[in-house]
Amino acid sequence: MNELLRRLLFLPPQGTSLAREVDYLHYSVVLSTMAGSAVVAATAMWFAVRYRRRSPTTAGESEVAEAAPRLSYGFELAAILGLLALFVGWWVVGFRQFVKLETPPLDALTIQVVAKQWMWTFAYPSGAASNAVLYVPASRAVKLVLTSRDVIHSFYVPAFRIKQDAVPGQSTSIWFEAEQPGTYPVYCAEYCGTDHSTMRAQVVVLPSEDFARRLERLPPLDIPAADGFGSGPLVRSRSDGTSLARLGEGVAARHGCLRCHTLDGTPHVGPTWARLYQSDVALEDGTSVRADESYLTESMMDPRVKVRRGFAAVMPTYQGVLDAAEVGALVELIRSLRDFREAPSTTPLAPAGAPSVIPLPRSPLPQLRSPGDSSP
Amino acid sequence: MRRSEPQAVLQEQFGSLEQQQHAARFGMWLFLTSEVLLFGALFALYTAYRLEYAEAFRSAARHNAVWLGTANTLVLITSSLFAAWAAHAVKSGRAIMAELCLLGTLALGGLFLFLKLTEYADHFRHGIYPGAYFRSPELGERGAGTFFTLYYFMTGLHGLHVVGGMSALAIMLLQISRGRYGPGRSTAVELSVLYWHLVDVIWIFLWPLFYLLT
Amino acid sequence: MTTSSVQPPSHAANPAIRDYLHEGTSIRSWLLTRDHKRISLMFLVATSLSLLLGGIFALLVRVELLTPERTIMDAVTYNRLFTLHGIVMVFMFMIPAIPTVFGNFLLPIMIGAKDVAFPRLNLASFYVYALGAAITLTAMIAGGADMGWTFYTPYSTTSPSAVAPVGLGVFVLGLSSIMTGLNFIVTTHTLRARNLTWHKLPLFVWSIYATSIIQVLATPVLGMSLLLVAVDHAWGLGIFDPRLGGDPLLFQHLFWFYSHPAVYIMVLPAMAVISEVVCTFAHRAPASYRAIAYSSLGIAFVGFLTWGHHMFVSGMSLLDTGIFGVLSMFVAIFSAIKVVTWVATLRRGSIRLTTPLIYFFAFLFLFVFGGMTGVAVATSSLDLHWHDTYFVVAHFHFIMVGGTLTAYLAALHYWFPKMFGRMYSERWGTVASITVFTGFFFTFMPQFLLGNAGMPRRYYSYPPEYQWLNVLSTAGASVLAAGMLLTVGYLAVALFRGERAGANPWDSRSYEWLTTSPPPQHNFEEQPSMDRGPYDFHLPRLV
Repeated sequence: MNELLRRLLFLPPQGTSLAREVDYLHYSVVLSTMAGSAVVAATAMWFAVRYRRRSPTTAGESEVAEAAPRLSYGFELAAILGLLALFVGWWVVGFRQFVKLETPPLDALTIQVVAKQWMWTFAYPSGAASNAVLYVPASRAVKLVLTSRDVIHSFYVPAFRIKQDAVPGQSTSIWFEAEQPGTYPVYCAEYCGTDHSTMRAQVVVLPSEDFARRLERLPPLDIPAADGFGSGPLVRSRSDGTSLARLGEGVAARHGCLRCHTLDGTPHVGPTWARLYQSDVALEDGTSVRADESYLTESMMDPRVKVRRGFAAVMPTYQGVLDAAEVGALVELIRSLRDFREAPSTTPLAPAGAPSVIPLPRSPLPQLRSPGDSSP
Repeated sequence: MRRSEPQAVLQEQFGSLEQQQHAARFGMWLFLTSEVLLFGALFALYTAYRLEYAEAFRSAARHNAVWLGTANTLVLITSSLFAAWAAHAVKSGRAIMAELCLLGTLALGGLFLFLKLTEYADHFRHGIYPGAYFRSPELGERGAGTFFTLYYFMTGLHGLHVVGGMSALAIMLLQISRGRYGPGRSTAVELSVLYWHLVDVIWIFLWPLFYLLT
Repeated sequence: MTTSSVQPPSHAANPAIRDYLHEGTSIRSWLLTRDHKRISLMFLVATSLSLLLGGIFALLVRVELLTPERTIMDAVTYNRLFTLHGIVMVFMFMIPAIPTVFGNFLLPIMIGAKDVAFPRLNLASFYVYALGAAITLTAMIAGGADMGWTFYTPYSTTSPSAVAPVGLGVFVLGLSSIMTGLNFIVTTHTLRARNLTWHKLPLFVWSIYATSIIQVLATPVLGMSLLLVAVDHAWGLGIFDPRLGGDPLLFQHLFWFYSHPAVYIMVLPAMAVISEVVCTFAHRAPASYRAIAYSSLGIAFVGFLTWGHHMFVSGMSLLDTGIFGVLSMFVAIFSAIKVVTWVATLRRGSIRLTTPLIYFFAFLFLFVFGGMTGVAVATSSLDLHWHDTYFVVAHFHFIMVGGTLTAYLAALHYWFPKMFGRMYSERWGTVASITVFTGFFFTFMPQFLLGNAGMPRRYYSYPPEYQWLNVLSTAGASVLAAGMLLTVGYLAVALFRGERAGANPWDSRSYEWLTTSPPPQHNFEEQPSMDRGPYDFHLPRLV
């Protein structure tokens, strides 16, 4: 039944168990829509035949004798309330599914996704990166953290029934758990300019051992060299055994993050990054916020919007300073410190090979815009 | 002295002068509602950004001279008083008084614009330009630029409304001096004055947003 | 019979009265007219030209999509074309068409007035429309603009094309919309004939009134958002630019705050037309007058609270998604009330099947289908799959074309005798209406399936497995175009050769049929007193 309806409605294969669940709602909604419109139109046409005008020119007086013909209000009320119940039912089921689709399990494999005109880049926790092909292990929850370097894009995998906008300067996320190894197309769904329609990619689902092997053969994430600091070679030379978190340490050192933040739990000018990820952060205004990817990104872009209680609002914005891939690397670094344990002898500081003189952060003022190029 | 009393002309689609005046007033109020929503979009933007950049907005607002904003508020309120007085004078047939009051309104409107431009010039000297050209050493933080972009856009749009209102009142002044309006024909004057009040009211909302909420 | 009821006058009875078409025939008497009926005809010409242009752009888009890769144009041209199609159709046809043409012509007559309250403003609205259309078209054709009709930032503010002038043009078109809406509200309030209480107004007036409220309240917000985008594009204002502290999603909020109600600006007038057509050809009062009248106001109100359902995948919070989702369900209920009432009106009527009624059946099927798919896409988990795919394209074309355009065609046929004093060929009308419906069905039904299969909208090239559905859709579009051309053809013939229509050829009871066809300059030779209701079919007609 499922397979028949899926094919009749031209739906792509169901790559995840949630996709199957969503499709059941899909069937009931689409079938009621078809039935509803057909019944309404058929009833109207049947009335048109049943109550057609008998005399060809004008209606005879007798045919329209009743003065103010009334609809039975009971019937109308029942129809409307029934319909409302149907709609609200869809909403309830749909919203519950939506919450599931938007809430990744905590142990999900996190992959950073950077969109730009007109390409998708995927950065794995190992530091490896791939363009236009996303490798994921089968039967494992995968969380994608998306951002964009220029305009709004939208990451869409029809087979998983998921879609999420990648918004410049913000971080959004989506997750899925592919059931079977296979290849599924990815489209950009938000119009983004000339080559919007060719901004496609693939999700390649591999058995988990193949996945690990495949990652080893991928090149490391190419973090563009910031002007003058020569970070490119630094990052690229450490490809062997480098993780995205290690790349993040390089980025943190290069941009002077470590002058205020520590990686080992020691308080400093700014909050430490150790055990920060997914913790509840108390804010200046008395509220608190979960330190997820979205909050961490926001804190780099708009540091004074949600200031942690007990810290001065002195951090400048890194909007326009950090490249989207660098943000991804930093977020991954902070994520990797989630379960950090005190180990005094091996406190990681600036990674070996980082410049001995930590450069000053560049002017926090945003750059003058140059058309067609969003990142410095 | 005017030769003949100006009398309102009944347009053919109306049944009576009262109906015609009622329609004109009603139309004007609808137009004002539309104008309020035009600014409403900007107020909504301001609110959204203020929630995001509360601290930056406060310190940026401190950069604006409160006395200038307050002076401008007083100037506009006074001008509104003159305008209301002018409308009353036309209705009671005192054309000279109406003309003087309208002159007063126009002069105060001019003063308002002058003060506004002085303020802009002062901002420019401090590198406070709208949008991408914002260069202020003192107000480096993110959000201040947004504040001033909104400041320029909203006060600029309001300034255009001031110019529009002044033009309408200037035409009224001219027509009154030619004897075209009087007790029997005053709707146009009334409505122009009503528009001027709207311009005033919008400023009364802009004033706290950009000067007082520090 | 009441003695005060007015006898419909005829030319024979009083040859001194000329109809509005012959009241001065110089070009000047048309271009500077303040007669709402002449302004209506000028709008008819202007909006029809817009429809023709938008239709040509649509056909070009469909031809390009015949093959998965390049067919007749490159990606840059394609992106500009679908932008042109969207902007011309939405802002220059769908939003203004029914209010400025049929609203203008009928609203004053239906309330027994000689004209609208502000005839000069009405004429100004036409010229502002023409100016806005000229700016928009010049900018888009000379400069090219490729941001889509939704103007999403930051693409729109950085796109290397003529975004600023197009934004300005649409802003000017919005001014025209506000002018017309304001005029209609004041007219409805102040110029109703004596005895004509609100509950005796034809349902057409109620819907146009509700539309006008949305026009006056929502259009300024859109105008301001587009002005901000235009200024941003021209001078780098950066108000929505994340690099300068802006939030691109705020633009979407502002845009949809207008543009979702704008959907009802497009649909409410269609419902206005349908209510009249159903009652006349069922020869029966509406099953529930109040249900239809008040649900228009309900739509106008709740329509302002649902904009967020356009942004479920933008990263909006779960709470907002839930709230906007459930509110969207409620707005559908008001439309459902109308549909149930229309169908119930047919029951036990004395139904005469004519071209306008065929369009009503088309409308009913397409609108219910389009409306329920609207509820479907507002169901949040399903929207994750459908958002920005061809499913959404098909959904809103079912509402805009299947709803508004078929209602526009129904109106054109229903009031053609009143506007021009002649009858069209019923046989050709039947053929054309069935052609239009068939063409429409085959254009957009495949697009639902394309959306299900996962084809995103605004795609210049697409994977080959989507091809045959695209070919089917293009074939349907050609049939639709043929039906439209056929309609233009026989209506043009009817304009000159058609049989003379009497004052009330459809045997309606509504007030516009109390006057001659075409009406005289001031609509009625004598002010009618309107003692009867507009749907008093139980009383014999006035002859």
